[in-house]
Amino acid sequence: MNYQRILISVFIMAFVTYLVRMLPLAIFKKKITNPFIRSFLAYVPYAVLAAMTFPAILYSTAGIYSAGFGLIAALVLAYHNKGLLTVALGSAAAVFAAEQLIGLLC
Amino acid sequence: MQDYETLTFKKGIKDGLPICLGYISVSFAFGMMAAQGGLPVWVALLISMSNVTSAGQFAGTALILTGGMYFEIAVTTFVINIRYMLMSLSLSQKVDDAMTSLQRWVLSFCVTDEIFAVSMQQKGNVNAHYLSGLMLTPYAGWSLGTLLGATATNLLPLGARTALGIAIYGMFIAIIIPPARNSRPIAKVIAISVVLSCIFKWMPGLNGISSGWVIILCAVAASAYAALRYPVHETEAQE
Repeated sequence: MNYQRILISVFIMAFVTYLVRMLPLAIFKKKITNPFIRSFLAYVPYAVLAAMTFPAILYSTAGIYSAGFGLIAALVLAYHNKGLLTVALGSAAAVFAAEQLIGLLC
Repeated sequence: MQDYETLTFKKGIKDGLPICLGYISVSFAFGMMAAQGGLPVWVALLISMSNVTSAGQFAGTALILTGGMYFEIAVTTFVINIRYMLMSLSLSQKVDDAMTSLQRWVLSFCVTDEIFAVSMQQKGNVNAHYLSGLMLTPYAGWSLGTLLGATATNLLPLGARTALGIAIYGMFIAIIIPPARNSRPIAKVIAISVVLSCIFKWMPGLNGISSGWVIILCAVAASAYAALRYPVHETEAQE
């Protein structure tokens, strides 16, 4: 195992990741006043999280069917304003139940 | 200004707890992957503690294990993590003006998807105390999960491990759905972003684009459309 190569690689990963995160926060210290940019940035969190979740959520478990169950569980729980942890664990529980069931049937 | 009192370090620690639990399962998987690939436990831990990203460090580690070049590792990490640039930019408008440069340099180290999402959920500006609390618990969970996963590769039964893979997405859904119920523009932003993201995933020819770029493209398009169509009028005093 070539530790020098591994450590340099880890350093490159960490450095690039840090720069990407740090530069915008360090540069934009003043509040932006432009209404378009302000609105744009207000919508960004929802757009980013939505794009990250769909369709990736369907591939996050052992199979697309169990993931579908988990997705439905998450949507129902979230629609009823349940907390983050409840929704997260509720969808995982639905996936677990679905995978056990699928395992029994197949 | 009253908002500042409620956003304490302690509240940050508490709000970070659900993220921490989610991270333990994800980083557990990372620890396992690194250990199975032949990396020693301390290298897996070092990667987690210096990177604090899920997809970025998974991909980077995979490249290390398969003998990728330094340049390849740098570009892959950059592309997968480029969404953080958008998040940090959005967060730069959310942090209070009293935050010093040093605090910005330190805290930006730990801007993750979940920490960003929870920060943006708070009313008014967020301060450095709250953010450091909000980052501390997930960081501890991220490190602990890696350590556990790398040392004891088969602690959880397989069924439980695969089911927990969905937990982080469940959390994202819990963040975006309730506001979408009360705001048509937010619901539209989410719908547009989801449709675009699915097109990129399933359309032949487009599905070769890396997920980092896809997230940026979808988020920029959906947010720009909504910003033109439904400009946000500041009702809450942000100064």
